[in-house]
Amino acid sequence: MSLIDISSNLLLIAFFAYILGTVLIAGSIKRNDGAASRAEKWGKAGIVVAVVGFIAQLGYFITRWIYAGHAPVSNMFEFTTAFGMFLVGAFLLIYFIYRVKTLGLVALPIAILFISYATMFPTDVTPLVPSLQSHWLTLHVVTAAIGQAILAISAVAGLVYLLKEVDPKQKSKERFWLEAILYLCVVIIGFVVVTLTFRTMGYEAEFTYVDKNGMEAEIVYNMPALFGMNEYELKTDGVMEPLVELPPYINAKKLTTVVWSFIAGTILYLLYRFIVRKRICELLNPLVKKVNTNLVDEIGYRSVLIGFPVFTLGALVFAMIWAQEAWGRFWGWDPKEVWALITWLFYAAYLHLRLSKGWEGRKSAWLALIGFAIIIFNLVFVNLVIAGLHSYA
Amino acid sequence: MEKVKCVCGHENPFGTKICGKCGRPLTEEAKAQKVLDMKYDGSAIRSKTYNKSIIDKIWNFFSSVKVGVSLIVITLIASSFGTFFPQKFNIQAATEAEKALYYEQNYGTLGKLYYELGLSDLYNSWWYQILVGLLAISIIVASLDRGIPLYKSLKNQRVKRHESFMKKQRIVAHGPVTEGDASKTLDLIAEKMSKLRYKVRRDGNALLAEKNRFARSGPYINHLGLIIFLFGLMLRFIPGFHVDEAMWIREGEIRAIPGMDGYYLENEKFILETYDNEPTRAQIEQGVSKIAKNYQSDVKLYKQPEGAVLGDTENLDLVKEYSIRVNHPLKYDGYSIYQMDYRLNEFKSMTFGLTNKQSGESLGTLTIDLTNPEKEYVLGENTKVEILNYYPDFSGLKDGIPQTASQYPNNPAFVFKMITPDKPEGEISFVSIGAAPVEAGDNEYKMTFKNVETRNVSGLAIKKDVTIPILIVGGIVFLIGLAIGSYWNHRRLWVQQLEDGTLLLAAHTNKNWFGLKKDLNVVTEYAHLPQYIDQLEENDETKREGDDVE
Repeated sequence: MSLIDISSNLLLIAFFAYILGTVLIAGSIKRNDGAASRAEKWGKAGIVVAVVGFIAQLGYFITRWIYAGHAPVSNMFEFTTAFGMFLVGAFLLIYFIYRVKTLGLVALPIAILFISYATMFPTDVTPLVPSLQSHWLTLHVVTAAIGQAILAISAVAGLVYLLKEVDPKQKSKERFWLEAILYLCVVIIGFVVVTLTFRTMGYEAEFTYVDKNGMEAEIVYNMPALFGMNEYELKTDGVMEPLVELPPYINAKKLTTVVWSFIAGTILYLLYRFIVRKRICELLNPLVKKVNTNLVDEIGYRSVLIGFPVFTLGALVFAMIWAQEAWGRFWGWDPKEVWALITWLFYAAYLHLRLSKGWEGRKSAWLALIGFAIIIFNLVFVNLVIAGLHSYA
Repeated sequence: MEKVKCVCGHENPFGTKICGKCGRPLTEEAKAQKVLDMKYDGSAIRSKTYNKSIIDKIWNFFSSVKVGVSLIVITLIASSFGTFFPQKFNIQAATEAEKALYYEQNYGTLGKLYYELGLSDLYNSWWYQILVGLLAISIIVASLDRGIPLYKSLKNQRVKRHESFMKKQRIVAHGPVTEGDASKTLDLIAEKMSKLRYKVRRDGNALLAEKNRFARSGPYINHLGLIIFLFGLMLRFIPGFHVDEAMWIREGEIRAIPGMDGYYLENEKFILETYDNEPTRAQIEQGVSKIAKNYQSDVKLYKQPEGAVLGDTENLDLVKEYSIRVNHPLKYDGYSIYQMDYRLNEFKSMTFGLTNKQSGESLGTLTIDLTNPEKEYVLGENTKVEILNYYPDFSGLKDGIPQTASQYPNNPAFVFKMITPDKPEGEISFVSIGAAPVEAGDNEYKMTFKNVETRNVSGLAIKKDVTIPILIVGGIVFLIGLAIGSYWNHRRLWVQQLEDGTLLLAAHTNKNWFGLKKDLNVVTEYAHLPQYIDQLEENDETKREGDDVE
């Protein structure tokens, strides 16, 4: 077995370990009513499995690093996977400070979603273009990702806080948005499901189209085209014709993927609602019932305190040093850079509001979730939609 | 302004909320609180005290956290607008008109609007810069407003605090010792707290254990760092503080380096390497057949000796030989030269033969240097070729006149005048690549294309920035301040042995109550202290730790 195969297998082990860890932790909470000691055992086992998963993924990371000759953080698959790993690492760090297992109930599934999302992108090792051939790649990206992962724990804590505090039986704005967040998680599952489905089917539809510079170009859809590129012409027989043609400055292929993900996610969500007949937040509410909300609130704050300096160092300072080294300008207003600055400004606002305006508890929890949304936006939207220096695969 | 005199006799500055000496709440507001607001230790904050003159009002505006946060949020939202479409400086278009057109062509009406609103150059707009300036003022004013009183009050802390101060802390304990001799309790506390690296001070029956007071300075240090950084950025507006030039240099050329007076650069070779890997899925999806591995310009840096004539490239002193690659700029004398761009296989010279159309007889060949063509090429007695017109980048005819798109020899075209013994008055021919020559009349001779030599061109950027050290200092100060403020917490424990033999304890931290409580648990057990309570925790949730602890 070659190094890259070992690496992939380790990632697979980590993936299943995170799933098992989630189940065990959930089990420990569910069973807490009767036999406390047994619940304790389940919970301990859950953490142990999560640690094993983390070590396995660290193994994936290191073996892939050795195989590729550079830190595996250079394309969408690699970065997103690494982010999932750092998220689990950050959870474990916070766990060993505060011993709140319940956070794992949110943190591990998010890591699982991240890794599944990552594997929808090309997973092969790509050689580095000249601008990426620098030790700053490793330093900048890894530090920034660790910072973001620790910041993300505040969103994890925020979600736990809100799942407990927001009454799932009472109609409210908060309940609506909370459910909306959970629905979006289902949409990500929807994305994974449709991608895998059409990939297994081997679906391919070739088009020619006229791009925004007026040049003829080719594009291959791996899902039935809902939207067609500008002046498209279908080249493959027996596949679906696009429903709508879009102007040249919108990437119809990406939009098709997004819409398919929403369709699949919505079907999944409705199916769930039909079977369980409860909102997701109502389903999850009992699992977090025993959490000490004051402590969770403090964990949320603490993770911002720990993560913010790391993020500043990695995403801004190291980024500036590298940009100066590579292009002779430490700042270029590249969309990714701007969104890192926006993330930074946002958490700066969070800290000031918390310190001076006493925004704690619910307000703080919502802010943490918005912060995470900005991080995700920067990872997904800025990379895939807004073109710039950082647009990977 | 009048002083506020406390019951204990201490005179506090006007506006003080908590007496600086004994800790008694002074204002009605403070007296009414169940848990005292310990922000800035209750010292008099200028902005919270004066609001009469116009200066007060301006000061209060900028020192307000609400205003500060609003400015942060406005900057944040404004910044995001600049990422909708590419910024103007990242667009490959020469003129302003072309740039305007770019937005409309690529992004439709929205793009046009984006350009017209100036969002395409948002970060250089006056209003964006004013926004950052306001933020800077807010940082300075707010830091001075709170930092100085806080510093004073922390410096003059007394050990003994009044009961009303202690009972209004978030964490309090009151009661007899749980075990042993109460007379030794303060010694035990002092001993344990010292072990936990607290600084312990005692005053009769009172004790103050304090740790990491410096952590309170964190926010002020990081704000100072930010101000230094912003100051550095401001300096860049002054001309001469930074050089930002670009140059194209062909292989074999020696050129004066723009922005770097007295220095010359010779481009020996430009190298482009690609990987020879099997195309990956990502490559196929993006239609990239080859991935670049290396862009490199092998150069020699020369310096002109003192007193040399400008432009004299004969006598140059070699300073440095270097291979400029991406991520590896050539650095010299504060300047850095970066590999930015390249053009492959630019035409260097073209060789033509002068031949008789009928017989095919050749009267000789000539090689034209395309960047520096001669006026005429003499091939023999009474035989020469004149170049009447040269179009380095021929782009077609406009009103019958040949046009050139640029000065780069991308598509050379010539108007030749061929003078031969047969035709001493000369024959005129227009020659361009890939087209039959256009002749004035019926020529006997023609220019036949023999071959072309090419060379590569390196695109380099020349930068010098004297503000960088200031930015580095600002960045380091900021990070240090941030770390101090985030990773250390100021913790205090006040203890007093009351007349009736009971103990009164109070504790405070600026951040991380969980950590403080851990310390308290240790000392409570060691010195048999009464159990503390957290006055902000609701009664049904007095469980102090996570769900793991039974």
